[in-house]
Amino acid sequence: MAMNYNAKDEVDGGPPCAPGGTAKNRRPDNTAFKQQRLPAWQPILTAGTVLPTFFIIGLIFIPIGIGIFVTSNNIREIEIDYTGTEPSSPCNKCLSPNVTSCICTINFTLEQSFEGNVFMYYGLSNFYQNHRRYVKSRDDSQLNGDHGALLNPSKECEPYRRSEDKPIAPCGAIANSMFNDTLELYLVGNDSESTPVPLKKKGIAWWTDKNVKFRNPSGDTPLEERFKDTAKPVNWVKPVYMLDPDQDNNGFINEDFIVWMRTAALPTFRKLYRLIERKSDLHPTLPAGRYYLNITYNYPVHSFDGRKRMILSTISWMGGKNPFLGIAYIAIGSISFLLGVVLLVINHKYRNSSNTADITI
Amino acid sequence: MEREPAAADEPRPPGRRRRRRRRRRRREGRTRTVRSNLLPFPGAEDPTASAAKGARRLRRCGGTQHLADNRLKTTKYTLLSFLPKNLFEQFHRLANVYFVFIALLNFVPAVNAFQPGLALAPVLFILAVTAFKDLWEDYSRHRSDHEINHLGCLVFSREEKQYVNRFWKEIRVGDFVRLRCNEIIPADILLLSSSDPDGLCHIETANLDGETNLKRRQVVRGFSELVSEFNPLTFTSVIECEKPNDDLTRFRGCIIHDNGKKAGLYKENLLLRGCTIRNTEAVVGIVIYAGHETKALLNNSGPRYKRSQLERQMNCDVLWCVLLLVCMSLFSAVGHGLWVQRYQEKKSLFDVPESDGTSLSPVTAAVYSFLTMIIVLQVLIPISLYVSIEIVKVCQVYFINQDTELYDEETDSQLQCRALNITEDLGQIQYIFSDKTGTLTENKMVFRRCTVSGIEYSHDANAQRLARYQEADSEEEEVVPRGGSLPQRGSTGSHQGIRVLHRSQSTRSHRRTGSRAEAKRASMLSRHTAFSSPMEKDITPDPKLLEKVSECDRCLAFARHQEHPLAHLSPELSDIFDFFIALTICNTVVVTSPDQPRQKVRVRFELKSPVKTIEDFLRRFTPSRLTSGCSSIAGVATSKSAHKSGPSLLSTLANDGALLRLEERLDPQAPGLTSNGYSSGADGWAQHKAAREPEPEQELRYEAESPDEAALVYAARAYSCALVDRLHDQVSVELPHLGRLTFELLHTLGFDSIRKRMSVVIRHPLTDEINVYTKGADSMVMDLLLPCSTDDARGRHQMKIRSKTQNYLNLYAVEGLRTLCIAKRVLSKEEYACWLQSHLEAESALDNREELLFQSAIRLETNLHLLGATGIEDRLQDGVPETIAKLRQAGLQIWVLTGDKQETAINIAYACKLLDHDEEVITLNAESQEACAALLDQCLHYVQSRSPRSAPEKTASSMRVSFSPVCPPSATTTSSPSPSLVIDGRSLAYALEKNLEDKFLFLAKQCRSVLCCRSTPLQKSMVVKLVRSKLKAMTLAIGDGANDVSMIQVADVGVGISGQEGMQAVMASDFAVPRFRYLERLLIVHGHWCYSRLANMVLYFFYKNTMFVGLLFWFQFYCGFSASAMIDQWYLIFFNLLFSSLPQLVTGVLDKDVPADVLLTEPQLYKSGQNREEYGPRTFWLNMADAAFQSLVCFFIPYLAYYDSDADMFTWGTPITAIALFTFLLHLGIETKTWTWLNWTACGFSILLFFTVALIYNASCATCYPPSNPYWTMQTLMGDPVFYLTCLIAPVAALLPRLFFKALQGSLFPTQLQLGRQLAKRSPKKLRAPKETSAQERLPGEPRTEPSEQGSLGPSGSFSQDRSSQVAWPAQQPACSPEASGEPSVVDVSVPLREDTLLEGLSSQTPGLSSPGEVILECPGDSKMKPTSASRAAPLSSIFSLSSFSSLNWISSLSLVSGLGSVLQFSRSGLQMDKQDSEFLPSPLPPDQNLQATDYF
Repeated sequence: MAMNYNAKDEVDGGPPCAPGGTAKNRRPDNTAFKQQRLPAWQPILTAGTVLPTFFIIGLIFIPIGIGIFVTSNNIREIEIDYTGTEPSSPCNKCLSPNVTSCICTINFTLEQSFEGNVFMYYGLSNFYQNHRRYVKSRDDSQLNGDHGALLNPSKECEPYRRSEDKPIAPCGAIANSMFNDTLELYLVGNDSESTPVPLKKKGIAWWTDKNVKFRNPSGDTPLEERFKDTAKPVNWVKPVYMLDPDQDNNGFINEDFIVWMRTAALPTFRKLYRLIERKSDLHPTLPAGRYYLNITYNYPVHSFDGRKRMILSTISWMGGKNPFLGIAYIAIGSISFLLGVVLLVINHKYRNSSNTADITI
Repeated sequence: MEREPAAADEPRPPGRRRRRRRRRRRREGRTRTVRSNLLPFPGAEDPTASAAKGARRLRRCGGTQHLADNRLKTTKYTLLSFLPKNLFEQFHRLANVYFVFIALLNFVPAVNAFQPGLALAPVLFILAVTAFKDLWEDYSRHRSDHEINHLGCLVFSREEKQYVNRFWKEIRVGDFVRLRCNEIIPADILLLSSSDPDGLCHIETANLDGETNLKRRQVVRGFSELVSEFNPLTFTSVIECEKPNDDLTRFRGCIIHDNGKKAGLYKENLLLRGCTIRNTEAVVGIVIYAGHETKALLNNSGPRYKRSQLERQMNCDVLWCVLLLVCMSLFSAVGHGLWVQRYQEKKSLFDVPESDGTSLSPVTAAVYSFLTMIIVLQVLIPISLYVSIEIVKVCQVYFINQDTELYDEETDSQLQCRALNITEDLGQIQYIFSDKTGTLTENKMVFRRCTVSGIEYSHDANAQRLARYQEADSEEEEVVPRGGSLPQRGSTGSHQGIRVLHRSQSTRSHRRTGSRAEAKRASMLSRHTAFSSPMEKDITPDPKLLEKVSECDRCLAFARHQEHPLAHLSPELSDIFDFFIALTICNTVVVTSPDQPRQKVRVRFELKSPVKTIEDFLRRFTPSRLTSGCSSIAGVATSKSAHKSGPSLLSTLANDGALLRLEERLDPQAPGLTSNGYSSGADGWAQHKAAREPEPEQELRYEAESPDEAALVYAARAYSCALVDRLHDQVSVELPHLGRLTFELLHTLGFDSIRKRMSVVIRHPLTDEINVYTKGADSMVMDLLLPCSTDDARGRHQMKIRSKTQNYLNLYAVEGLRTLCIAKRVLSKEEYACWLQSHLEAESALDNREELLFQSAIRLETNLHLLGATGIEDRLQDGVPETIAKLRQAGLQIWVLTGDKQETAINIAYACKLLDHDEEVITLNAESQEACAALLDQCLHYVQSRSPRSAPEKTASSMRVSFSPVCPPSATTTSSPSPSLVIDGRSLAYALEKNLEDKFLFLAKQCRSVLCCRSTPLQKSMVVKLVRSKLKAMTLAIGDGANDVSMIQVADVGVGISGQEGMQAVMASDFAVPRFRYLERLLIVHGHWCYSRLANMVLYFFYKNTMFVGLLFWFQFYCGFSASAMIDQWYLIFFNLLFSSLPQLVTGVLDKDVPADVLLTEPQLYKSGQNREEYGPRTFWLNMADAAFQSLVCFFIPYLAYYDSDADMFTWGTPITAIALFTFLLHLGIETKTWTWLNWTACGFSILLFFTVALIYNASCATCYPPSNPYWTMQTLMGDPVFYLTCLIAPVAALLPRLFFKALQGSLFPTQLQLGRQLAKRSPKKLRAPKETSAQERLPGEPRTEPSEQGSLGPSGSFSQDRSSQVAWPAQQPACSPEASGEPSVVDVSVPLREDTLLEGLSSQTPGLSSPGEVILECPGDSKMKPTSASRAAPLSSIFSLSSFSSLNWISSLSLVSGLGSVLQFSRSGLQMDKQDSEFLPSPLPPDQNLQATDYF
């Protein structure tokens, strides 16, 4: 490109150029690109040209919104807050600091039966899992089963890196603050006999997390051996290798642990706790009726005004219950349609004037 | 031999060396001493130095100075120094420092937001890109340096005692260099010897200043007399000269010979590096300045870097962004402090204590949070902004360069962009400051008319022929294969026709064939004949004058052998003869023959230098020779020349007519140039010439320093008074009957801008008298005339001639011709001797030489006898009026700053439509500061009173009294154009004083156009500076000559015209265009595009970053203001750099908001740039607000969609990133006005790149990217319908309002640009119409008059319409009918400079126009209006376009009016003529001030 104009060329010249030399004609090429004549679509934004867009948006969004809304409404979901800050709450008793291993029971009724797979979540509110220092406080290499990292966790885990001169496994604040309530669901039968609802522990974490990202330290020895020389996180009662008797769900690959380690985006979040699998097509997974929730209340959230919930939900093609998206689509679609109408009016009114308008100065 | 000690020098410890050098420098003083390198070191120079060196010879002459060698090194870096030096330079950019600081901040553990290494990546990337660019540039510089350094030349070697070949870089100061013809001079060399017997050397300075004419250089005095060949070994003199400086036009010094004699050195002795030796076989010189100390390189300032206005505004907005960033961070910090305070004591589970277990205090946490926020939100200050802008500008420059419509076929040159970073300034220009000569005009001078001894020769045929040229030219532009216009040209019939035919064929052939080599050759050919376009060369002589000339010639040939040949002529004929002799010889034209370019036609008779000493004078002008007219000089000459030039010279013949020599010897190359060819009858001349014309070797070529000179010489040749030879001591003129007359050239007093004239002192061969011929500006020459008494008849006759001549001069000026007066003085021997004495003293004076020479010249150039005057046309360039009209429509104010005199300037201004005939012209010519102040006040009053325009009649009449319009205000008084202002140099000087400048500016701002005449280069730059600083306006200066350089440099945008006057303006400019008319497209199309593109891109950048940062900021409300980011750090860092950069670049480079043809037909669209419509504070903040809104939408839609879900941070953040990307692209889509496939590709590429990178990144490593660890996030998202749903709704929702308001605005309040686009869309056919028609398209309400119409309108047409009707239209168009231009039936007396002379001519020459009745009608009106004007206290006599009505009323009103002690131009009054005369003539004004301002009281 001729942009770097070198003045020196003028001054010193090259060798004397012979008359009639080979210097070429400097006429620029007459190509569409160089002459900026590339074929182009040149939209002009006026009411007339834009209003189809608005109508199209309206026409597309409203049906989508309705679809989503209907889908979302078809999802059954029940949410039970068991924080227990209210004195009436059965879990209120567990709030006092000197109570250990408190178990409380909450009764609830399903008005409608839950079909299909039912997901059991625990939800936390006002829990800042996305806090910067909290998010960083983990060691992925350690969780991936790396031996070096197991015994010498990353500095990011401070101050939950070492405990009693032993490396903490799993280190860091996230692991340390792992949710440790135990929730059990019982269906109260007609004769007030309660049958426990079978809760599946596995399959709640991402497949890649369970199989790729999280790994126990390798070795044939029992898990306990592999985790020797490590300390349990300060807040934990049990060491990591005793999370679950099932070896496939123990240690770092314990799915509750994995789910917890996936830090939530917002301070109000839910995490998948258990799966209630559909038994057969004939019977609803959770028939309508009375249930009670048995909670081993360990996790202290009331100190920071947090709340704990248990959520039962079915899912649809678009995931859990989410009324917002449907409403949003309908709203945006309607607004767009309305604006389209406004533009139509304007276009109708001003078309003549704008067509005759000319550049005037 | 020099290099050996040089090598020995190197190992000296640097410290000592530096010390010594410093000491040396102290002693150096202000001169440089140069000795021959061949000499042994003088010894007594410097004891320490010689002690340190032992007996070693100093390698460099002088030994006391550190002198640069001739190695050219323009590179900035070496291999080793590149990295540190380049980094150092890059860190001068504040932005880079900032980004590095941010990146380093990441290494503080408590603060780090990203992986420290990753945070460095973008900064390193940017630095690396810039470094690579610098490296590449430096390498190309290195390569060209290397090439130049290894050119060879002959240097005298001491060992070999001969000239040996050396590289340029090995040349040192003090070396002797031998150069042969056509070699380029390697360093600044003092000319010591030349193969030319006169000790001359011709050089071409095209490389230096672009001037292709030959310049003469002279061997140092004292060396030219050497008989034998110059031997460097014997050179023992010492040269003392100035320190190296960059003044190309000055060199001073002296050479001290062994015997203590001194001789002065001047610039005529210096050969400058970069020039080419021509016409001289070989020269030898000693190197004075080498390498970077040469004047050529000192003048080379390299490319320029300016900061554009848009960039300045952008920087201001960047500061706003910084402020915003700090605010956001502070807010966040406070929030975090509060948050920490709230949750800390509550033992929240998510609170992470310090590593030692203690909790952070809220304040510390807040500080950390602040710093982290600055890192996280750094995207707000876009790191890629500067790089992107640079890329876009480079591309814009590329496209401007590539525009074929800016390519000039004639000169094979296109527009050059020398400044890379101010392209968008082109779209915002408000004021254009233009030079006149060479910028608006061609600077190709064409002889048009002349007047000799009071009789005008109008050269009608010539005018017709010129008109035909113009037609032919325009025709050539239209049709590409231009065979058709041939016969038309040939139809001139005369010999010129044949030559034209010949020439046009030669130039056309290459166009038809299109062969590049051929075209180049043709263009080279035309370059070699600088200042000799066919137009200049071919002059159709005026028959009357031709008759007289030949009569003269015949008479003289007849009377040649008598005692006083000239006495036989009538005074008029004698004047005519002298006039043509003066035209022919009073110049510095070099004669060359065309077949051997640059080969001097050598016809020597005698070798004699100009009179150099008194002895010389006495010897040569012995009384016997002077009185008897018969001398032995011929014999002496013959012997001398035989001695010098050898047998090739034939004997010279001394006639009894003293030094008259007849042509006897013929140059072998020009055998046809015999005297017998001219000996036939006078009437046979033309035919003879025509018959002989096809012989090409006949044609002599004239190389002139200025185009005027060439035009005059060619004109004289048309009258068969041909300059055939010029040597430094003699000039030969060929006349048909007289044959060859050889004039002994005694002195040439060159042209300078202060004297504004040049003179030659010659000895006339026919009379043996010493004559002085002076040619110069009429204002100068007229003052120097011999005062003639009014008593005797002769004196009265002279007086009459003078007044007539003055009259014609004014007429020429009215026509826009450049006028020159030719005068003569006969010196007696005693006078001459007396003058010579003082002149020689002045010449040999070492200091104050210029002043003394000036005084000396003034002594010589007095008491002149007026011969006549010439009118030379400096033709307007093609398309200048149209361009100016377009630029005007575009809202540009055009000021013309010219050094020319007022009349010429005004007339050119009329010709190029800068001034309109129906608008008023305020003329400011003040004599003193106070007068100027008073005038300015009046003008302001007037302009202000005028603007409300209560009653049209009243204003019109008051206007007539105080400001008479130049031309009758035509019937369109209702649409009142603002007046124009004309100011001369002196008044400008006053007006630019501190206390007046505001008033002046205020006045000038009201005016439609401003014309500053007689302004010096400094004043030009001051005006530009004033407008720039006071009005805060964007200025553009355009010029072509060295006198425009200062203004070009001062202006925001400097444009140079790569035209006739050399390269200096181009070198100083930011853009160089081949022609003025290209300015239109450059500004209106490219300027607009560049501005619009860049403005939109910058806005978009700010929008993009703000919006992106907004997303992060809103998130802080949900993460405890902990400076956490939900967007992965990789996306965060590379988003700007990779994912979203390409589409905006493509749009920034290619987007065309309005097509070029619409822009050209509707120039007012340009105003959007001037008013900063597209990028101003308002648009900026609107843009930011929109960005904030969009970020809100784009944040909260995903927020609500994922509220209380099990999405983790990055599963939620990635959709937001994607949404942001889609929103950006859609936003860009709304902003993009033209969608080419490149835009589509870029957008597609961006999306594809994002997803590809995200997928790869998310699949690459499970544990590698703490803390975000986004493994398989994207893949999971791709299977989630909610992801798509949010990605669809959020961008649409974010952009709906923008789209809606754009549409509303486009329908309801469309901007001019939008209308332009609609226009383009609606009628593409109309706009694709040929350029010519579109250019002529007139806008309603814009009163424009085409040239042809003006011609036809004429006096009568305008007269009938006009109430006041004092004056007719000036015949200002060259294309006007020849009758009109030939006979001054129409006189615009806007140039009332000499009241005395003009009136006479006028009264006799405006017969048809001014009938007495009109005068009577006129006068009462004026007198009636007079009180009004007096009461208004705004009586200002301006340009009075009164023609011949010298009514008493006028005078009385005038004298009332001008009671302020200041006088402007005013219409002359017949009654006062004599009085004026007597006052006027004898009082010579100071040379710089011209005569237009006359003090009345």
